[in-house]
Amino acid sequence: MTNNQRNRTILNRIVFILLFSMLAISSFAQTQRFPKPEFETGYSQPSPDTPEPRALGIEYLDVLVLVLALSLASWLAIRKRSRKGLMWLSVFSLLYFGFYRLGCVCSIGAIQNVALTLSDPAYAISIPIILFFVLPLLFTLFFGRTFCASVCPLGVLQDLVIVKPIHIKPWLQKALGLIPYIYLGLAVLLAATGSDFIICRYDPFIGFFRMGASFTMILLGVVFVLMGLFVARPYCRFLCPYGVLLGWMSRFSKSHLSITPAECIQCKLCEHSCPFDVIDEPTEELKHEEKIKNRKRFTIFALLIPVWMFLGGLALSGVHGFLAKAHPDVYLAELLIKNPGLKNDTENLDVQTFLASGKTMEQLVSEASVVKSEYYTGSWILGVFLGLVIGVMLMNQFIVRKRTDYEPNKTGCFSCGRCMDYCPVKK
Amino acid sequence: MGDKKVNRRDFINSTMRLTAAVAVGGLAGMAVGKSNSGQYVWQIDPFECTQCGRCATECVLSESAVKCVHAYDLCGYCDLCGGYFKPGVKNLETAAEYQLCPTAAIERKFIEEPYFEYVIKKDLCIGCAKCVAGCTSFGNGSLHLQILHDICVDCNECAIARACPSDAIRRVPADDPYLIKGNFSPDEPAEWVNKS
Repeated sequence: MTNNQRNRTILNRIVFILLFSMLAISSFAQTQRFPKPEFETGYSQPSPDTPEPRALGIEYLDVLVLVLALSLASWLAIRKRSRKGLMWLSVFSLLYFGFYRLGCVCSIGAIQNVALTLSDPAYAISIPIILFFVLPLLFTLFFGRTFCASVCPLGVLQDLVIVKPIHIKPWLQKALGLIPYIYLGLAVLLAATGSDFIICRYDPFIGFFRMGASFTMILLGVVFVLMGLFVARPYCRFLCPYGVLLGWMSRFSKSHLSITPAECIQCKLCEHSCPFDVIDEPTEELKHEEKIKNRKRFTIFALLIPVWMFLGGLALSGVHGFLAKAHPDVYLAELLIKNPGLKNDTENLDVQTFLASGKTMEQLVSEASVVKSEYYTGSWILGVFLGLVIGVMLMNQFIVRKRTDYEPNKTGCFSCGRCMDYCPVKK
Repeated sequence: MGDKKVNRRDFINSTMRLTAAVAVGGLAGMAVGKSNSGQYVWQIDPFECTQCGRCATECVLSESAVKCVHAYDLCGYCDLCGGYFKPGVKNLETAAEYQLCPTAAIERKFIEEPYFEYVIKKDLCIGCAKCVAGCTSFGNGSLHLQILHDICVDCNECAIARACPSDAIRRVPADDPYLIKGNFSPDEPAEWVNKS
């Protein structure tokens, strides 16, 4: 080998190494490093395995089943007055919406999709989800919460496991009844800011429908079911955010399940049949002084409502920074500002992916501060809303409605039909 | 007096009912205005994916809906496959200790000298993306992750999308539910084409 030749091979090698390293650097390049071979043996190339999703038509079938179930439930509760029918319908709903459709999409979770689509112009919602959100509300506006009675898979699951319901003191029920308002407000805030869908993430029963979930989800579900043996429908009464909306609708509903088909004979049987303590007793006639006292208190509490609203807004806007941590960008930005050393932590995937993405710290911080200012406005609105809820609840204590018979409380009644089954008056 | 009271209550009730109906209708109308008649499903953009491995563990299903898909069009049919072999293997043999895949879900088949075909065994794949990382850094990047829609239950919020550090998961129209490399053009072609 001459000197010249050796030099040339070395040069060739250098060129090759340079070329190769250029290829290696451009790891994003979709130019093929190794061109596809041309086969001589008549090999036929398979195509990637891509199974199709459910057809769109079936999505509308779900809506049709929802409409049919709602109509049937309303008819059974109001016209047919059949507790048995409602129970069989709830078994069907549990099987169809729960175990067959795996609990998704449901009306409760649809709140978040609607909230997100109204706040984020880029998010397009699909029509079936809107219908799942709206239809139960409209039916409730006309017939009471028959959706809860035997259509909602989460509700009927709890309804079917009630064994020995205990009586909960009215003040405790009222206090716990505030939780759904908070949950609703938080869910809308977190969905509208594009942070998280907490209703779906903490749905305690979906693990049963899917026959599998993370340990905490299964634990949550088991706790709720065990609690449900004694505290009837714990999720519906003390957590369900959709129940808040349904309660508003049901309160002013056109018709509603009635305990007795004819004249009430004041036997009090129904009162013991209701596992949810939502049957209102007949009221006693108040003394004149009491009435005047009540009217005074009512006025005072009505005037106090703006104060509650202001205080609520002030309090929650004070913690908007804490709430904003639910958004991944805000969380990451604050984490990196607090612990700049994390940038050297090769184990932290989120930090490493952020560093590799080429985004600068300033970009991340400015994005996070936009989200944070959204949270400031949002938590003001949430606080004002919660203040209003508490104010109205306190004020309502002094409204005494005259009742001569035992009647279901239209806001809280799930229209399950147990009371009408117990009522000894039949026609 | 009594009659008047009942009438007043009825009046308030029907007014409130009308208000509620208008509110719900308005909300629905606003949502419909922004809606899309199509249906959407979750999918991974393979060009955004950083092969972090969370797809294997974050899915709500115990068998993750994410699995490796082979875009054969891009494959070089290499003998030394970066997605199949652990780095630095001495012999190109199919022994378990040489394989990158923890579940031996890739089948290596001889086609003709010197080409080999690599097929993913779907029921064994756990979506860990180890082969994807190997193929992307040493090969053509023909192995990549996708959400398989016969397994995915289409959650309202995809748990993997939330956990994904590179925001690689987005909603795609259900009538075109896969982002197979080579078969789709990413939204911003300039971003990935010109990076070479």
